[in-house]
Amino acid sequence: MSLLTVIGVLPLIGAIILAVVPSKSSELIKRFALGVTLIVAVLSILLAIGFNKADTKMQYVQSNSWISSFNINYAVGIDGISLVLILLATILLPIVVLAIWNESDAGRWGVKSFYVLILALETLMIGVFAATDLFLFYVFFEAMLIPIYFLIGGYGSGNRSAAAIKFLLYSLFGGLLMLASIIGIYVISGNQIGATFDLAQLTTLEIDNQTENFLFLGFFIAFAIKAPLWPFHTWLPDAAKSATPGTSVLLLGVLDKVGTYGMIRFCIELFPDASKTFTPVIITLAVISIIYGAFMAIGQSDIKGLIAFTSISHFGFITMGIFAMTSQGMSGANLYMVNHGFSTAALFLIAGWMMTRRGSSTISDFGGLQRVTPVMAWTFFIAGLSGLALPGLSSFVSEFLVLVGTYTRYPVAAVIGTLGIVLAALYILIPVQKVLHGPTTPGNENLKDLNIREKIAIAPVILVIVIMGFYPKPVLDLINPTSAQVVTNAGFTDPIAQVSK
Amino acid sequence: MLTAPSLSYSLLAAMLIVFGGAVAGVLVEAFLAKTHRAAVQLTISVGALLLALQQLWRIRDLSSTTAAVNSVAIDKAGIFLQATVVLLALVAVLLIADQDNFVPQASAVPGSSEEINALQQKSQQTEIFPLFLFAVGGMMLFPVATDLITLFVALEVLSLPLYLLAGLSRRKRLLSQEAALKYFLLGAYASAFFLFGAAFLYGYAGTISLSGISAAFGTANEVFLLIGIVFISVGLLFKISAVPFHSWTPDVYQGAPTPITAFMAACTKVAAFGAILRIFYVGFAQSQTLWQPIITVTAILTMIFGSIVAITQRDIKRMLAYSSIAHAGFLLSGVVALNKDGLAASLFYLFAYGFTTLAAFGIIGLVKDSAGEVTDLNRWIGLGKKSPLVAGVFAFLLLSFAGIPLTSGFIAKFAIFSAAYKSGNIALVVVGVLASAIAAFFYIRVIIMIFFTDPINDSVSVIIPSVKSRISITIATLISIILGLAPSLLLNGADNFANFLR
Repeated sequence: MSLLTVIGVLPLIGAIILAVVPSKSSELIKRFALGVTLIVAVLSILLAIGFNKADTKMQYVQSNSWISSFNINYAVGIDGISLVLILLATILLPIVVLAIWNESDAGRWGVKSFYVLILALETLMIGVFAATDLFLFYVFFEAMLIPIYFLIGGYGSGNRSAAAIKFLLYSLFGGLLMLASIIGIYVISGNQIGATFDLAQLTTLEIDNQTENFLFLGFFIAFAIKAPLWPFHTWLPDAAKSATPGTSVLLLGVLDKVGTYGMIRFCIELFPDASKTFTPVIITLAVISIIYGAFMAIGQSDIKGLIAFTSISHFGFITMGIFAMTSQGMSGANLYMVNHGFSTAALFLIAGWMMTRRGSSTISDFGGLQRVTPVMAWTFFIAGLSGLALPGLSSFVSEFLVLVGTYTRYPVAAVIGTLGIVLAALYILIPVQKVLHGPTTPGNENLKDLNIREKIAIAPVILVIVIMGFYPKPVLDLINPTSAQVVTNAGFTDPIAQVSK
Repeated sequence: MLTAPSLSYSLLAAMLIVFGGAVAGVLVEAFLAKTHRAAVQLTISVGALLLALQQLWRIRDLSSTTAAVNSVAIDKAGIFLQATVVLLALVAVLLIADQDNFVPQASAVPGSSEEINALQQKSQQTEIFPLFLFAVGGMMLFPVATDLITLFVALEVLSLPLYLLAGLSRRKRLLSQEAALKYFLLGAYASAFFLFGAAFLYGYAGTISLSGISAAFGTANEVFLLIGIVFISVGLLFKISAVPFHSWTPDVYQGAPTPITAFMAACTKVAAFGAILRIFYVGFAQSQTLWQPIITVTAILTMIFGSIVAITQRDIKRMLAYSSIAHAGFLLSGVVALNKDGLAASLFYLFAYGFTTLAAFGIIGLVKDSAGEVTDLNRWIGLGKKSPLVAGVFAFLLLSFAGIPLTSGFIAKFAIFSAAYKSGNIALVVVGVLASAIAAFFYIRVIIMIFFTDPINDSVSVIIPSVKSRISITIATLISIILGLAPSLLLNGADNFANFLR
């Protein structure tokens, strides 16, 4: 059994233990969940240490037959791209668990179900990035919706059940379109090389252009809904506003990455020709997302809505980087996925603390927090600056790489995309100014600053944001070989030589 | 001089046992004292079904087209379908055994003093058991019948008891009787169409055997073949409630006693699809260009109509009725596929869907207030808070209907759509997944009502089920769960058994 499987199964075992063992003490349940996620985080770091960076093949592979009549296997393995995303998920999880210690108390079904769902979700998140069998991937991809659906619907606030169902229906619709494409590629493989879901084998198929385009669209729409790309994004702001901060971190920070990850792993690797055909359209959509998300973010009066729309803008950058089809763009997009995960986590968690303290999520209700709660204010400030990609903080490196990578092939798109950075300064700095600076508005005088638990939770996130800004090399070393490989396999060569980092 | 037909009793044993059990049940009803009847009847039913299952297991590797003078084919797929019917019936009979769903005296006029007397004296008649066994017998014969007359007889044998059973609800008797009458009248029309089609096919081929019709292809004017196929299809499509022959389904599902709805929804579908598969795969395979467009359009209409109309339903039984219409559409893609994969997928689908349906209706039977079952969805609000386990299981079953991965419904859908895609019916697959997306909406809406909405002050509650119901629901749910996680257990079997003797 590969270490990867162990890491994947561990949270599920934790969830089952939690569900079966009767315990009324919510404190104990929380500690148990934290313990499990910490162990998984440590193991996944071991996974990264044992990973051979130079090798672009799948590592830690394991394959067992699952449904033999369709030749479906439990097949997992990781390359650089999936490894960093698994790391993102496993490292964020204990942070989230620690940060939202009291979030589940007011939920509909109590503390226990909350952590059972969180732990089950961790297994599915690891599985979705590790699967090298298309069918297995689809199972994780769809099954993931269920815990998130219950997390939003059961523990969120506001119009939570409407938001939960909107999220689920959008995702299901995309997923079912993808299912049609999966069936298509499965049948085609049956005609050519013997029915299989193995990704490596599926890339060798010869598919005629028209069919390939349709199959590509099935996958792409599913991932564009997930990512989310304009015009498939409308579920995200609702979901983010209704979900608890912790759920939002998992949703925007990790789960939505499945969309962009899927674009790389499935859209480009399985259908390189169709990707080529659709690239101009997709780049256009990505640019629209960047600008649209930014403008919408400027207009938000709700903190959660603000973060959601900034994410739409950032996902535009990621998609643009992916479909620029240059190795810098691809590396940048991959790095962006990780960085966006951490900066969104910081923003959502701190915003969550601010909101519970103030009892409101409206930006104008805050003011002058810097005086009252300096630690909370400064961490929020750093997270915000990371969101606007200030040089020296993590997002800058990835945004820069994406723009450089895009410029060499689509200069116009890159130039318009750059406008997104300018707008980012607006949508981050205006709220930061309103919330943190100026005179303390009435109602905020007695807010408490972060307690020790919250400080411990947020410290690693801030640390990662800063370190990755100055020294992204360790992560880039993991990403670069695979990214270059993906671009080469898709039949593209870089317009200019790769810059050394 | 007449010669006695040669029957291979050993191959027909399973059906004979069930029919024998039904006859014995009638005798028990006539001669045994009232106090013991219920227990004896249940024992006979369960015993007959278990014996039949054992017989099917014994003949699992045998096959013959001459078991009953060329009118019954014992083959792999036939045995699989019969076993599916028997297994589903075994689970269903435990639900039916909870007799407080049934009218004590069917002959009493609703609301009459006779009826009230019967209720007070607790003198429950038990004719449901023999009726049930006759229906099961017909359902076993239907998918193995290989000539048009036997098909018609089987169709009637399975239908007539169902018409009666649908009218036996203890509560809302008028609604139940109306449903039964509607079912009977429309069913009679459908049977007439079937017979009419059979006559045309006989005129075309000069024989009533399916293989004879297949062999006669190309020898005569195809118009008669087409008319025959169309009319026979009307009769069959009525039974599986495909659009536009579906209109009885919601009324009957709603009006019939819930255990009967469960039995009907699960077993009739297996039997009728078994027969359709045999007729089209064996009898009409040569003439596929004639009927494939018709059935394709029917399938598409059925999927879309069922999914869309289900959204507007406010009654859980009616909603599941429309959901079963949508599922009939999905299953029809297995007929259109006309390949071995299509047959194997259909066998798996029918098995998985049958058990999910049984469990779902079993649970619906548990949600009650003081006046009896509550099927109004608005009153199911907040059920998840009152009884999380039952609500959780029901939510799982709904997700299985919707075809979310890790449920049996998903594997079934995947199998049947990939078979349809393989046969080149890509449009059917695309419409199928879109209809699934629409269908997901109303399943999930119910989950929302159960879990995410606060209970209003209402007397609806989940009753503690009797041991029999509990066994039945547990078995059906467990099978659904297992088939979702380890579908290989059955898929390989369905693959091996996907074979019709011609």
